[in-house]
Amino acid sequence: MIFYLINIPMELINYTIEEAHKGLAAKEFSAQELAEAYLDKIEKENDKIFAYLSTSRDLAVEQAEAVDKKIKKGEKIGLLAGIPLAIKDIIMIDGLKCTAASKMLENYVAPYDATVIKKLKSQDAVFLGKTNLDEFAMGSSNENSAFGVVHNPIDLERVPGGSSGGSAAAVAANQCVAALGTDTGGSIRLPACFCGLVGLKPTYGAVSRYGAIAYASSLDQIGPLAKTVEDAQIVFDAIKGSDPMDGTSVDSLQASIKKSKYRVGVPKEYFIKGMDPEVETLIRKKISEFEKQGNEVVEISLPHTEYALACYYIIVSSEASANLARFDGIRYGFSSRPAKDLAGIYLESRGQGFGAEVRRKIMLGTYVLSAGYYDAYYVRGQKVRTLIKQDFDRAFEDVDAIIAPVSPTLPFKIGANTDDPLQMYLADIFTISINLAGVPSLAVPCGYAKGLPVGLQVIGKHFDEATLFEVGKAMQN
Amino acid sequence: MISKEEIQHIAKLARLGLSDNDIAKYQKELSAILGYVDKLKEVDVEGVKPFTHSVDISNVLRLDEKIERTAEDSGKLKKQMPQTKNEYLKVRSVF
Repeated sequence: MIFYLINIPMELINYTIEEAHKGLAAKEFSAQELAEAYLDKIEKENDKIFAYLSTSRDLAVEQAEAVDKKIKKGEKIGLLAGIPLAIKDIIMIDGLKCTAASKMLENYVAPYDATVIKKLKSQDAVFLGKTNLDEFAMGSSNENSAFGVVHNPIDLERVPGGSSGGSAAAVAANQCVAALGTDTGGSIRLPACFCGLVGLKPTYGAVSRYGAIAYASSLDQIGPLAKTVEDAQIVFDAIKGSDPMDGTSVDSLQASIKKSKYRVGVPKEYFIKGMDPEVETLIRKKISEFEKQGNEVVEISLPHTEYALACYYIIVSSEASANLARFDGIRYGFSSRPAKDLAGIYLESRGQGFGAEVRRKIMLGTYVLSAGYYDAYYVRGQKVRTLIKQDFDRAFEDVDAIIAPVSPTLPFKIGANTDDPLQMYLADIFTISINLAGVPSLAVPCGYAKGLPVGLQVIGKHFDEATLFEVGKAMQN
Repeated sequence: MISKEEIQHIAKLARLGLSDNDIAKYQKELSAILGYVDKLKEVDVEGVKPFTHSVDISNVLRLDEKIERTAEDSGKLKKQMPQTKNEYLKVRSVF
């Protein structure tokens, strides 16, 4: 029987990668019909959610047609062939705008493909468009986009989390099958958690960063947001691997051994005073279910956890201030025309082109790196970072994985935390240590409280994403 | 609290043009954030090496080869330039 998607109301599109793949392979619908159904849905809903900053119908249709030709010829197609994906607008797709949700790059057109995009293109994936984010990925709520906030599809008055808020909202609203985000201090996991999704922050070095606009280079990683652990794994497998264009990228040498039972640690420092009791209850419940499946759960300690946020803010601001020095108002990007001399172009273009949070990070980073403060802040921060990494190394001598909450709170209301940067930074308190240590972490949903999603994260050894997927699969069911 | 002059000095180093409002705001905000990160002084870091990389790799090298670029490649970059003259990037005078 031939069944055409065009007859399915768009409200019913909620495919996982595997479901959409089966539909394509069985010729229930064509790749073009699938792409257009999603694009129509985006067009209809983008006003209220604002997950997308731009859509790429021409590219998507062209990519889908190529897949349909292969299917017609009877060629076997890969799992990602014809699958409609959304890409965070900080990752470059050749010929499409890449704005980083900043006025600075409002009209910037990417001159080449990021390595992850090249890899996905070679798998015949379809790109629907570029998703909204906090400006230059700096934020935890997606309220820092220069072009407008993203609304959480589960409750439109609430934030979707940030900075990959558009990618999370797009997956949660069924405006794509899966999406790419970036995670510097929680920017994949927090939005995944707030939107009831799975999100992976890969091991530092597992995925090439080439073609992603740099925020903090020692912390940034590209990773998937998806509906299921299986989908996240499919996308991760497609984008991982060493790349000559990113000197920090390596091929994983970790041989993964599937275990019949896992020994996991629950760090006592991650269940703090002030945490939403309903969030804690749901996470504890999920952990005890996992234990009842025959796994071992032990309490562990990551003693330097309380210093992670301070350490993170020194390092992230320092690296951001250096990375964002490239935006000079001269070679590309926003340029202040009235400036009368060269210094004026720098000052005015950067003063006007960057939003408040970006300017704040640049100021803080410049301060801690400036003469007289470098040793007191930056060097001390990097020493504490070593101690934080050693906490994880020590813990992993005893356990296969660590389970912790993603966020201490439920998704908060838009505008609730915008006046106080320190309060906003606390949203990242459970996610940043993972970036500092460079280890991978998989956010997995674990139920709803007051109708809002709660998530936990499974943290692993360097390059041991395989264990995270196994533990994650046991937890999502 | 960080002085107004210090904020102006940092803004100059960062090449950020700030309004008077911004300066007053950053005096407050940066002082609060720096007050918080002072927490790190509690940690005993005696003998601890500063972090460099989470995965132990060093000397990542590639061949020093010429990469062919087309006019199309350079055209993409030129199109991004805010101001050009005769195919060259136009810059304001230094003085």
